[in-house]
Amino acid sequence: MQALKIGSKYFMSKVELNKEAGPREVFCGLTSIVWLHRRMPDAFFLVVGSRTCAHLIQSAAGVMIFAEPRFGTAILEEKDLAGLADAHEELDRVVNDLICRRPEIKTLFLVGSCPSEVIKLDLTTVAEKLNKRFLGKVRFVNYSGSGIETTFTQGEDGALKALIPLMESTNDKKLLLVGTLANNVEDRFKKIFNNIGISNVESFPPRQSTELPKIGKNTKVLLTQPYLSDTVRDLKHRGCEIIYAPFPLGVEGSTKWFLAAADAFKINELKVHEVIAPLANRAMQALEKHTGILRGKKLFLLPESQLEISLARFLHNECGMELIEVGTPYLNKELMGAEINLLPDNTKIVEGQHVEKQLDRVRASNPDLVVCGMGLANPLEAEGISTKWSIEMVFSPIHGIDQAADLAGLFSRPLKRNQILKSETLATF
Amino acid sequence: MELTLWTYEGPPHVGAMRVASSMKDIHYVLHAPQGDTYADLLFTMIERRGQRPPVTYTTFQARDLGGDTAELVKRNITEAVERFKPKTLLVGESCTAELIQDQPGALAKGMGFDIPIVNLELPAYSKKENWGASETFYQIIRTLLKDKVNEIDKINPQRWKSLGRRPKVNILGPTLLGFRCRDDVIEIQRILSEQGIDTNVVAPLGSSPQDILRLTDADINVCLYQEVAETSCEWLKRNCGMEYTTTIPIGIKNTINFINEVHKKLDLTLTNKEELEHKSKLPWYSKSVDSNYLTGKRVFIFGDGTHAIAAAKIAKDELGFEVVGLGTYSREMARQVRATAKNLNIEALITNSYLEVEDAMKKASPELVLGTQMERHSAKRLGIPCSVISTPMHVQDVPARYSPQMGWEGANVIFDDWVHPLMMGLEEHLIDMFKHDFEFVDGHQSHLGQTATNIPDNKKNQDEQSNVNIKENKSVLWTESGKAELTKVPFFVRGKVKSNTEKYAISKGLLEISDETLYDAKAFFG
Repeated sequence: MQALKIGSKYFMSKVELNKEAGPREVFCGLTSIVWLHRRMPDAFFLVVGSRTCAHLIQSAAGVMIFAEPRFGTAILEEKDLAGLADAHEELDRVVNDLICRRPEIKTLFLVGSCPSEVIKLDLTTVAEKLNKRFLGKVRFVNYSGSGIETTFTQGEDGALKALIPLMESTNDKKLLLVGTLANNVEDRFKKIFNNIGISNVESFPPRQSTELPKIGKNTKVLLTQPYLSDTVRDLKHRGCEIIYAPFPLGVEGSTKWFLAAADAFKINELKVHEVIAPLANRAMQALEKHTGILRGKKLFLLPESQLEISLARFLHNECGMELIEVGTPYLNKELMGAEINLLPDNTKIVEGQHVEKQLDRVRASNPDLVVCGMGLANPLEAEGISTKWSIEMVFSPIHGIDQAADLAGLFSRPLKRNQILKSETLATF
Repeated sequence: MELTLWTYEGPPHVGAMRVASSMKDIHYVLHAPQGDTYADLLFTMIERRGQRPPVTYTTFQARDLGGDTAELVKRNITEAVERFKPKTLLVGESCTAELIQDQPGALAKGMGFDIPIVNLELPAYSKKENWGASETFYQIIRTLLKDKVNEIDKINPQRWKSLGRRPKVNILGPTLLGFRCRDDVIEIQRILSEQGIDTNVVAPLGSSPQDILRLTDADINVCLYQEVAETSCEWLKRNCGMEYTTTIPIGIKNTINFINEVHKKLDLTLTNKEELEHKSKLPWYSKSVDSNYLTGKRVFIFGDGTHAIAAAKIAKDELGFEVVGLGTYSREMARQVRATAKNLNIEALITNSYLEVEDAMKKASPELVLGTQMERHSAKRLGIPCSVISTPMHVQDVPARYSPQMGWEGANVIFDDWVHPLMMGLEEHLIDMFKHDFEFVDGHQSHLGQTATNIPDNKKNQDEQSNVNIKENKSVLWTESGKAELTKVPFFVRGKVKSNTEKYAISKGLLEISDETLYDAKAFFG
């Protein structure tokens, strides 16, 4: 039994919290550029880093680019490090070239990396200077996606936090959905909120980097993604009210998420149920074909996206899976409190990682499914352990009641496939 | 600082990983922040490897930088040695660790292990992946063999005769994430064994430190990929007198040249010279009448040094193409690529920028592109058929079937892979013959799939494709008769005929293009 401090209240939970340190097998924050640049097509992400950074992003981005991408790397060279070339001037030159080449860019993110952080390249000052020079044409913001400071989805946290100072103030009452969503999911959410009776709903990040929502003391923030700790802190500083809720994954999470918003807007719970009930019924029917496969199966989640706790809650509560271990790279108890409350007793949560020891536990616990990064998936499959790569969770539309069955499908598919491949029919041919 | 949107090669420590992952009983402790572990997926996803690369990343964080990162390195080394029990330990750093100067290699050497420790210093801000692979392979060989080479006599390539055994060679250079290395090794071993030559060691692919110690049992080395093995071959030559081959056996002529070179070095008599011409189907397929249409096909080539040079030779001498562009991203091999280009009366393109390659491709207006996966994308945008001949690797470049590039079967594979994307000869004539029939749908695509020329404009404007449209020349007008004649030109050459005719009209100072101008231009360009 462990006492947790959630917001201002204490509550008791029977989850088992562990911390682990050691070698990790996770992406760094630069990887989030892969979905951020798609969300805001008028923005460009310029990583100031090394060839490793460039290689990482192109490898994570599905290995190949089909056109000129809206992200790139200003690769540091020896003369930049030796002080022969003023790195700030060099970066100026690269940015100039880039803007000549891509005049349609409205916002340019200067993204810090491990090497730029270690040599203490001051991207804030560079961004300030560039903002003056390109005033009215291009806006410059900077954040760090370095692996020494950020894990995978935390890159989005950094990018959003960097945009907050550019957001104008307003006292208008509104609901602000924070965290990247697939466009179709965003549209569905807005429609449902409308039906519930919340009409002024905006999203952050927006679909265009120049169309940043205005915020203020009457802005109520509802998170769509769990990995936005720094963004939440700065939104609070701007007077926004944070609505604490489970995340909108699965029917249960989404329902509680809508209810929390309605509560903040003083809308009767019954109204929410009236709108959501038909959707929930439909979704639960659609879920059945997956729960048949998932029920009773043992699940092990390795840390990567910070979505792990919400996924574990969904896969246990709605799909009947047994949780062996729930890894997370970082645990924000304040934001995850509502989720942790919904987990079954004695759930083992491990914050951080020692990848070798964790893999030892994977093998020892004989799981039916392991959620892990792409580097580990095929090696585990080769050992006879079914896997689901976690990066798919951030590239697929998985949020909301309508997507619950699709989300379950991501996990049932590898199990179903193994059933097919192991079946007698195949073996006898 | 260099603006890079996409890169042909990764950083040098990825090259080191290619060597380490190719070998057995080796472990690589890499001082690197989290995120650098992405490199594992190159092996597990692209190569579909069922094992993790044998790499321990120290994954230091910002908060470690204030403290003792050297202790972190040592802890990781100790754990890795205990857990994986390697026979040789590689220790190095990635770009970020290079800046904090913990010197992990020196630390490891001071820890009292009784296994050989290879200290890898791979400058991440000036070198790239292939250089890293080459340097790592060389450092492994040097570390493991440096004592032994002082003890043994210089190796005479003809010593097999006096030793009373068959000649033995090492095959050096193949690695994971190398283009078709897996199958090239099988093909070359088969060719050598047909000649009565044994393979002593293949390395790095599939070898162990124990095998590296046995390298000096061979009579000569076969340098299969200069990018990875040339430095090692040179060292073995300098220190133990081991000769090595320089011919890369890609294509019929160079496979024969390679066999000759091996025989000459070993002083072995080649007894089946006549047979060699018939080992591959390429010579006959290339001579058969359907291949007549291949004559003078304009081909643009870009890739790593080894494969680009080989492709140029095959294209010109074995398939009768005209090479209109040749380039490489391998700066280490720029000199050889330039020399090859000079022989073809063209200028070599040495660059890391895929956009420069795409521009050069556009200007050369080839009928076939031989390039990397990136050139495949560029060629697709331009509506030009393409075949992939070189790294960087894509999951498609690791086919399930046996598919070498080297030797006899390699030549067969190359014939199929390069010729199939082109319109087949007879098919080309038939389309030409029937194009005025009402059943004929203009823009018939044969098996080429959709090309850029018939993608609807609205689709083209999506995804930033607008910048790849070939600019129309507005200064000359097409008359009705000119336009009508242009529509009679087969679609697959229409674009080229149009631009050639406009070029011709401008050069002659004409303001209009009629049907006659089109024929004048045709006669002018031949």
